[in-house]
Amino acid sequence: MNVLLTGIAGSQGRLVAHKLLAAGHHVIGIDRRPWPEAPEGVTMHCADVRKRSAEEVFRSVRPDAVIHMATVTHLAQRSEDRYQINLQGTRAVFDHSHAYGVKQVLFVGRHTFYGASAASPLYHSENDPPQSVNVFPELSDLVASDLYAGSALWRYEELSTCILRFCYTLGPTCNGTLASFLKGKRPPSVLGFDPLFQFMHDEDMADAIVLALEKSLRGVFNVAGPSPVPLSVVIREANRKQVHVPEILFRLAMGRLGFPHLPQGAIAHLKFPVTINTEAFRKTTDFVHQHDHAKIIRDFLDACPSPA
Amino acid sequence: MAWLVDDEIMDRIEKLEIDFNRYGVDAYGASKKDMARAGTIMAWIYRRYFDVSVHGIKHVPPRGRGMLVGNHSGGLALDALIVTSSMMLEAEPPRLVNAMADRFIERVPFGAMLLSRLGQLTGLPEHAVRLLNDDRLLMVFPEGHRGTAKLYGDRNSLVRFGTGFVRLALQTKTPIVPFAFIGGGEAIPTIANLEKTGKFLGLPYLPITPYGPPLPRPVALEIYYSEPIVFEGTGNEEDRVIQDCVDKVRDRIAELIERGVRIRTGRGKASQS
Repeated sequence: MNVLLTGIAGSQGRLVAHKLLAAGHHVIGIDRRPWPEAPEGVTMHCADVRKRSAEEVFRSVRPDAVIHMATVTHLAQRSEDRYQINLQGTRAVFDHSHAYGVKQVLFVGRHTFYGASAASPLYHSENDPPQSVNVFPELSDLVASDLYAGSALWRYEELSTCILRFCYTLGPTCNGTLASFLKGKRPPSVLGFDPLFQFMHDEDMADAIVLALEKSLRGVFNVAGPSPVPLSVVIREANRKQVHVPEILFRLAMGRLGFPHLPQGAIAHLKFPVTINTEAFRKTTDFVHQHDHAKIIRDFLDACPSPA
Repeated sequence: MAWLVDDEIMDRIEKLEIDFNRYGVDAYGASKKDMARAGTIMAWIYRRYFDVSVHGIKHVPPRGRGMLVGNHSGGLALDALIVTSSMMLEAEPPRLVNAMADRFIERVPFGAMLLSRLGQLTGLPEHAVRLLNDDRLLMVFPEGHRGTAKLYGDRNSLVRFGTGFVRLALQTKTPIVPFAFIGGGEAIPTIANLEKTGKFLGLPYLPITPYGPPLPRPVALEIYYSEPIVFEGTGNEEDRVIQDCVDKVRDRIAELIERGVRIRTGRGKASQS
């Protein structure tokens, strides 16, 4: 089938494109960034999903299915831009899909939707509301996009809409929130806190997306791999040296002394766990993750060795 | 051998029928190494500092879901610690007791970390349901805060019970094992609870004893487990129906306490003050 992939030039997008080709689909890519070495079978369009040129791609190609991955998740981008790209981009994708006869739309979301706070339970089900937008306003665009995408389930009933909320990914792409956190030699943690972290292999994430597509999945699903492990274990296994910083100093040190520049709300994610229950997805699709903790971390280390 | 870990305790941890991953951590963050360490310290306190006697531990199901429901006795979490230790040290096979911890602990540095490494989760209904569906052994004190605040004179009485635990048991089809804990009130003879000082320290309140701080005295402690009670239902019954079940459990615990106190007095181990 003809699958349109937004955000194809990102490292995850590329991985999904390769998997789709391997499964025999024709892939059409939209991205603002170029992908010069795109493999044969991929038709690239350099466009912004919010712009008219992107609509023209929908109009001319008439894809059967759309996978929307063009969301900005890293926090380096100014939040106003992020809000525009994430929310308006998501809106455009659904509106065009409705207008040009797409049968199926897959929205790739994040488990951070649920938020990290002391009062939130382990293993969120898909029914849990987003809990800490107030303490981490920088994530509100992703939460809004996720909920907006979900509203397509009743707005455009003819569309088979699926929202996948993924846990952190790690592996050979060396990209993503957790990978960026682990890239440095001494990842900082908040003294006295050691939350559980749930992560899956990049490849397993791509496989799960293709699987959801092929099963014409409809609804909202959490997707995760192996059981979560404490942050201290992740850091140790990744051959990094954990630095315990008292919370007060942590707030002061952000963006200074070689510490990453993170919004204050991000500290909550180093104090409290966000873990998701993925039973519904596994039951519906028979998804089985192929890579365990050791393999995930080994692949990450191969791509991103500890800086000397 | 890890630092401060007794071989016997490590053996018992190894015997727990729980899935640990390659890092020795279970799905909720409980770590074998940390549990063995805490267990080693608790075993000393349990066997040498206090004189603990346990009755009817055979009533606790050796595997599968179960709910230990008992009275609060003594300020701080002394009762919870001793009951958890009894299941770890005396039950065959040993069982990990999952308590429902007070929410304030999650915010305290090291509090949340320590709790989760010892397999203890915050007291949220979602956690309770999940643990029981996972065939764990849950410990519940339906008296809640009201129970830990009991003063010395009320040490062997019961205050009002919450009802949530019965709905939970019905919903998850879990047998309830009522238990009585006796002696906590003598270990920490509370004469007053300071609320403001407690708040300042990040606690709900601070119990005060005749000798000042709430340090437990080395007294005899007793735990009486009773045979399980299984209620039939769905958990969606009216409050009236649920209240009857709660009363049944409460009466059983009251009976156990009465019997226990009688034996204790008869043995001449009653409080000396």
